Amino acid sequence: MTDPAAAVEPGVDVHEHAGVGDPNAHHHSPEQIRSEMRVYITVFIGLAVLTAVTVGACYGLKLPVHTAIIVALIIASIKGFLVAGFFMHLLSEKKVIYGVLILTVIFFIFLMTLPISHHANPFGS
Amino acid sequence: MDAHASVGHAELEIPYNVHPRPDTGVYNAKLGIWLFLASEVMLFGALFSSLILLRTGAETWPRGYEMLNVPLATFNTFILIVSSVTVVMAWSQLRLGNLKKGRIYISATILCALIFLVNKAFEYGHEFREHNFPKTNNFFAIYFTLTGLHGLHIIGGVIVFLYFLGPGAKMWARDPERYTNRIEVVGLYWHFVDLVWIFLFPVLYLM
Amino acid sequence: MALRRQIRVGSQWMYADEAHKALREALRVMEDEKGGEHGGHHLPWIRRYVFSTDHKWIGIQYGFTALLFLLLGFCLMILMRLQLGWPGTAFSVMKVLGETRQSGGVLLPEAYNQLGAMHGTIMIFLGIVPLAVGAFGNYLVPLQIGAPDMAFPKLNMISYWCYAPGGLIMLASFFAPGGTAQSGWTSYPPLSVIASQGQTWWLVGMVFLITSSLLGSVNFIVTIVQLRAKGLSYMRFPFFVHAQFVTSFLLLLAFPPLEAAAVLQLMDRVAGTSFFMPSGLVVSGQALTNAGGGNPLLWQHLFWFLAHPEVYVLILPAMGIVAEIIANGTRKPLWGYKSMVFATVFLGFMSFVVWAHHMFLTGMGTTISAFFQTTTMIISIPSVIILSSLFLSLWGGSIRFTTPMLFALAFLPMFGIGGLTGLPLGLAATDIHLHDTYYVIGHFHYVVAPGTIFAMFGGIYYWFPKATGRKLHEGWGRVHFWISFVCINGIFFPMFAQGLAGVSRRLYDGGAQYAHAKQIAAQTNPFMSVCAIGLLVAQVPFIFNFLWNAIRAALGHRDEGLGSNPWEATTMEWAATTSPPLAHGNFEVLPVVYRGPYEYNVPGEAAEFIPQHMPTAPEPAPRGGSLLPSTAVAMREN
Repeated sequence: MTDPAAAVEPGVDVHEHAGVGDPNAHHHSPEQIRSEMRVYITVFIGLAVLTAVTVGACYGLKLPVHTAIIVALIIASIKGFLVAGFFMHLLSEKKVIYGVLILTVIFFIFLMTLPISHHANPFGS
Repeated sequence: MDAHASVGHAELEIPYNVHPRPDTGVYNAKLGIWLFLASEVMLFGALFSSLILLRTGAETWPRGYEMLNVPLATFNTFILIVSSVTVVMAWSQLRLGNLKKGRIYISATILCALIFLVNKAFEYGHEFREHNFPKTNNFFAIYFTLTGLHGLHIIGGVIVFLYFLGPGAKMWARDPERYTNRIEVVGLYWHFVDLVWIFLFPVLYLM
Repeated sequence: MALRRQIRVGSQWMYADEAHKALREALRVMEDEKGGEHGGHHLPWIRRYVFSTDHKWIGIQYGFTALLFLLLGFCLMILMRLQLGWPGTAFSVMKVLGETRQSGGVLLPEAYNQLGAMHGTIMIFLGIVPLAVGAFGNYLVPLQIGAPDMAFPKLNMISYWCYAPGGLIMLASFFAPGGTAQSGWTSYPPLSVIASQGQTWWLVGMVFLITSSLLGSVNFIVTIVQLRAKGLSYMRFPFFVHAQFVTSFLLLLAFPPLEAAAVLQLMDRVAGTSFFMPSGLVVSGQALTNAGGGNPLLWQHLFWFLAHPEVYVLILPAMGIVAEIIANGTRKPLWGYKSMVFATVFLGFMSFVVWAHHMFLTGMGTTISAFFQTTTMIISIPSVIILSSLFLSLWGGSIRFTTPMLFALAFLPMFGIGGLTGLPLGLAATDIHLHDTYYVIGHFHYVVAPGTIFAMFGGIYYWFPKATGRKLHEGWGRVHFWISFVCINGIFFPMFAQGLAGVSRRLYDGGAQYAHAKQIAAQTNPFMSVCAIGLLVAQVPFIFNFLWNAIRAALGHRDEGLGSNPWEATTMEWAATTSPPLAHGNFEVLPVVYRGPYEYNVPGEAAEFIPQHMPTAPEPAPRGGSLLPSTAVAMREN
């Protein structure tokens, strides 16, 4: 076959694919990896502390229900952020993954409106 | 492009199986696992949503710690966090080219998972002795369903880790990068299982 | 650019270098066939035909299984229609149902409920979705995007092998004590929770089917994003690929809530929990002993959170198929391709926020009703955009009335009727009257039966030469089409009249015992049942046509002179590879894409159509294409 690139008309979109991906594209240097490992340990300590805080607040202090729910969910969200952001390295992920997750978050919110739609303003109330 | 003219092999070589596709920046399995996790978000989301609906509709709902063993669950939470760290450590070691350390960390992860399951079994046994069954009330119904489903995810993870510790590790000799990628992908799944527990724990035990 | 020599092989002009490649491939295949153990990749029989990882074979497995289930679901409906048309009459054919479901050839009421529940389940979950996504999607998407296979071939195999046992469990449930599921395809609790054992089997079967869809959808999305050919940007996808892409997202994100619901219902049935069981329930005069405190509407919310997107899972691939056939049959690009694509994406998105329009009569508040009415009206807009674009695509085309084109053309008004009759159901005020009547049945069957299933038939006629190298018989295809078209309208159109007269959809005798329903039931039901039998008869030529040609193809008899591209199409599944495609891998060399999907009759180009992978338009073959005798190999300079 003739070289396809030679036949491309102006304005025709042919993106360049290397046959095998650029081997350097997602490789980090050993120093980088070691510094990442130190970050993981820090995150681990953070998670352990937050676990202690949430148990202490909700179980130790026996907070009233509504306060307990708010405190526990805020702390859980922070822990979730730490796990997703660092362990699942979402903070430095590619756009296509963000796209999938944004879509999921939107539908997750729809799913969470389900109890609201159930309880809001039923007949006879 | 002839690199992929792959007719004539028993095992068809799929492009971007190991190396990322330049324009998306990810390899196939990574996108695949995130899509799978997206569906898992919807699965557990539906269960959490059901829990909210049932709890807000109920006349009374017990506080979790009145019914369940919080110290044991706190310990389990800690164990799962440890296992999450050991997985990222395993992945980092593999990226550094150190299979031996990587396997040690994978073994540590499996050990943590087993400790978690044994603890959970004790907890279940305790509830059963107290005559608390799924049919007792909706609190225990949702407790057993959610933790049971989560436990199944843990068991699934253990099986996959055992595979990659044992027979799956042969891949390292052939294609270390591919093996490293596989551990990254299992790791993502494992962190998600941890993430679910991070929410299950306060929702069931502390609220 | 360098001059490239073209040669004529059979009825087609090819570049000489490409012909050379094709020849090499042909030699390879021949060596393969005689090679036995010497052939480098000769797989054992079981890995080739049973646990195959080749997306084309998996697609064919899905297709055969799904068609069998469609026939079965249709036969269940025939039995129901016999009872509805002539209530209480004995039919010896009922005896196939066994002793417990009929007495002396008269269908029993409980059995009628079983047939109803399983007709819906089989048609939707075991028939149409596997055919639309599993078969067409699997077979065509990798070919259309120029990929060597799906991204995860083993996962693809597992997906089929989750579907098949799921289907078998559903079938086995007919033999469960007390019969199969009988609480409707929607399985509303508390009825489904107190139903006989068959319901448990139904739930287990559903878990398998959901797993299968889940694995399939992950695979589709990764394949489409990662494996599309060089140069194939999103806006160059054939519309079918867009439809499958959005469908996969719907399956991925909408099915898990049903899985959660199925797990909860299983717990209710097996572990005695009360997720869906309210307190103080009395069944047959006996108070239930479970803890109570559950909420039956929770099931409806979770079920419809899936099942409304599921409606679009049923219709989007059908629209994709119709779009492909119409572009090819009119010899024109699709009108408004871009707006169709964005409408599809918007449709998929909106389908997650309309679920409660199935629940207007559950005592939901007026505010929430108003919200869901609004979203329902909004979601009708993208459907109208897609349908209008397809209609407008016909304008000025030189239409080739082939069998696939007939089915595609029939889809348009049929889906139109189905869609427009849905509007009164989406508005609470009118829905209060129409809810749970035959009007609803008429509405969604117009969408799914003469809509989706006709599109599927069109797709089968259209892509059969791709999969086998043989064309289905056109004449019998027309017979199949016209009888089906008349009969299917004869079944479903009277349902609107019945529904407006207030006939409930769940009556065992079709309304013969009700004063308000008696008259219209007597006027219409026998006619509808006769039409149903006519529809069954109309499938006979199709079944023979299909099986005859499939068997001939399997024995190695190709149509001489059909060529690789019998419909003169532009998309890559035809243009860039042989028909039938290679057994392993799809392309000799992965194609590169240079143009949009539907370059038919491009102004200024001499060629009547330009395939997507052609860098420059090929010279038109003399006297307009493939009509010359195919013996000679002609040669000329480009």
